[in-house]
Amino acid sequence: MLQRVLALARKEFIQILRDRRTLAMVLALPAMQLLMFGYAINTTVDHIPMVVYDPVNDSVSRGFVEALRNSSYFDLVGSTMDADAVRTAIDQGRAKAGLVLDAGFSRDLQAGRPGTVQVVVDGSDPNYAQTVLFASATVASVHGAALQAQRAQRLGQPAGPSVAAIDLRPTVLYNPGMASVTFMIPGLIGLILQMQTLLLTTFALVRERERGTLEQLLVSPIKPWELMAGKLLPYTVLALANITAALAVGVFWFRVDFAGSLAAFYVLSLLFLVSSLGTGLFISTISQTQGQATQAALFMLLPSILLSGFVFPREAMPLPLQAVGWVVPLTYYLRILRGIMLKGVGVDVLWPDVWPLAVLGIAVFVISALRFRKQLA
Amino acid sequence: MAAPPAVITVRDLERRFGDFRAVGGVTFDVAQGEIFALLGPNGCGKTTTIRMLCGILAPTAGRGEVLGYDVAVDGERIKQSIGYMSQRFGLYEDLTVRENLDFYAGVYSVPARRAEARIAELIAMAGLQGRERQLAGQLSGGWKQRLALGCAIVHEPPLLFLDEPTAGVDPVSRRRFWRMIYGLAQTGVTVFLTTHYLDEAEQAHRVAIMYAGKLIALDTPDRVKQTALGGELMELECAPSAAALAVLEQRPDVLEVTPHGLKFHLVLRPGAAPATVQTALEAAGVQVAAFRTIAPSLEDVFISMLTERDLR
Repeated sequence: MLQRVLALARKEFIQILRDRRTLAMVLALPAMQLLMFGYAINTTVDHIPMVVYDPVNDSVSRGFVEALRNSSYFDLVGSTMDADAVRTAIDQGRAKAGLVLDAGFSRDLQAGRPGTVQVVVDGSDPNYAQTVLFASATVASVHGAALQAQRAQRLGQPAGPSVAAIDLRPTVLYNPGMASVTFMIPGLIGLILQMQTLLLTTFALVRERERGTLEQLLVSPIKPWELMAGKLLPYTVLALANITAALAVGVFWFRVDFAGSLAAFYVLSLLFLVSSLGTGLFISTISQTQGQATQAALFMLLPSILLSGFVFPREAMPLPLQAVGWVVPLTYYLRILRGIMLKGVGVDVLWPDVWPLAVLGIAVFVISALRFRKQLA
Repeated sequence: MAAPPAVITVRDLERRFGDFRAVGGVTFDVAQGEIFALLGPNGCGKTTTIRMLCGILAPTAGRGEVLGYDVAVDGERIKQSIGYMSQRFGLYEDLTVRENLDFYAGVYSVPARRAEARIAELIAMAGLQGRERQLAGQLSGGWKQRLALGCAIVHEPPLLFLDEPTAGVDPVSRRRFWRMIYGLAQTGVTVFLTTHYLDEAEQAHRVAIMYAGKLIALDTPDRVKQTALGGELMELECAPSAAALAVLEQRPDVLEVTPHGLKFHLVLRPGAAPATVQTALEAAGVQVAAFRTIAPSLEDVFISMLTERDLR
């Protein structure tokens, strides 16, 4: 019994090592994904190119533009002769933001009235647009308050109450630099684990069917569960090696702090693996060829990538899509990973995500295993 | 001398898929050490039969016993005790010769100490010495076939199933393969094979001809030939063939005419005189170059049986 499982596992390892394509997929893909996602998905935006139309052009208006530049959110890429040219610059893509100062900007400010500035934003990339709005509003209020204080001082009046009525001191927990990469690494580990195990187990089984060796195994004393164990064991080992490598890259290369317990990380990752292996097994029961298997795998992976909260915040999704995400195991695993890695919390806190992951994983696995058994018998 | 014990006993074995009767009640026995061929065209129910005997497909009706185990309930025990080689060989092409043998030794739980000697023996038997480290996928058809046979008997099974074993293999390799099969039978191994190659079935001790899910003949190849034709087989060389065919098809003493290349094979009704047929041909202006009695091949039998059935 054990001999049969080991014979299968050994054979599977030889095949993995001998097949260059699979080996490349096992070794290079996680590293590539980490580097690509780690660097490419950077949602922190700064140095936004901006054009300015400043009809006033005195020390007060220049001071405000300078304040925007000093925030490092904006780079001044040009000044225009009229307000329409600002729109043209954004149309042409030379700038993502435009600043149109009112002709009475300095006069109003000096008179103690609010100076009027129009901010034109390229909204095609919401990420940029939000940063422009947020950064310009912040700079305007801070700079405005400073101007007001100066004016009060000059007039010999006490500083108005509007200056610092509310002193907001934000504290950002877990990821103080708010770096995207810190948020991405746990997600990537989850996604890599899911993609690798799903694709590899599916292919490993479909290949046997395609090449006619499954027929031979059916007539042998191998029982369906032994076949399953012999096939899944090697890929479980590989998956654990993979996430260890991904974790190492995250911690040593991207300098992501690992706040929680390694033991919890591995135990809960194994729990997640159950669902991935189960899904792979399931796809193998509905695919006759590797081509079909690839299609099915992509179909299964898409909700994991889009709806699990890997890139897009689940809170922003319409309810039906959120609901679909509830049956995607990666949704829970991502929260667990982020909890362990970034917040350093344990299973006691993560329990609301642990039990659905366990229930889903075991359900998927049992259904697939039964289907697999029935198909072979 | 007592007859050797039956290794396979089949009684009215039947298998339906929905309304379709793939195997419709077949009955036969296979004795120990016998080479038994199940011959028939594609789709006649051979594979369904072999699958039932291997214990991986339950019969719908009837009974089958293999090595004393009931095929309907003891599939697991049957699988452990038989060897099976399929048309597709079941080899891992990205594994070497040695790794394939190792794998199947593991699958059949051959004890490690025994496996070493057994694998060396099989490599020698298949003539694969020096190729142990070659990938199975790089072997030619004949080598692959012998390796597949080695893998199928790594656990020394007393009964070997071969499903279309020599499809796509050159004649020299085929002969070599058959020498191995005879060698096994001499050591007491029973061999059950399916084939749609008539010359392959002729190598067997006994042949069962299957058609549309039924056995239509079962005997030694020689006796099947004698009894199945229903008359004497003659070979005719003549010209022009169109005129000859017209004459032959009209005659009641000619049971059957089949073109064989430039010649005809015909079956004469028992008691009919070849001379009268020849006279009739010559009267119609046909030049007869040769007209002689020949020993029927299984192919003649097969074609004769199938035409007869299709005509009915």
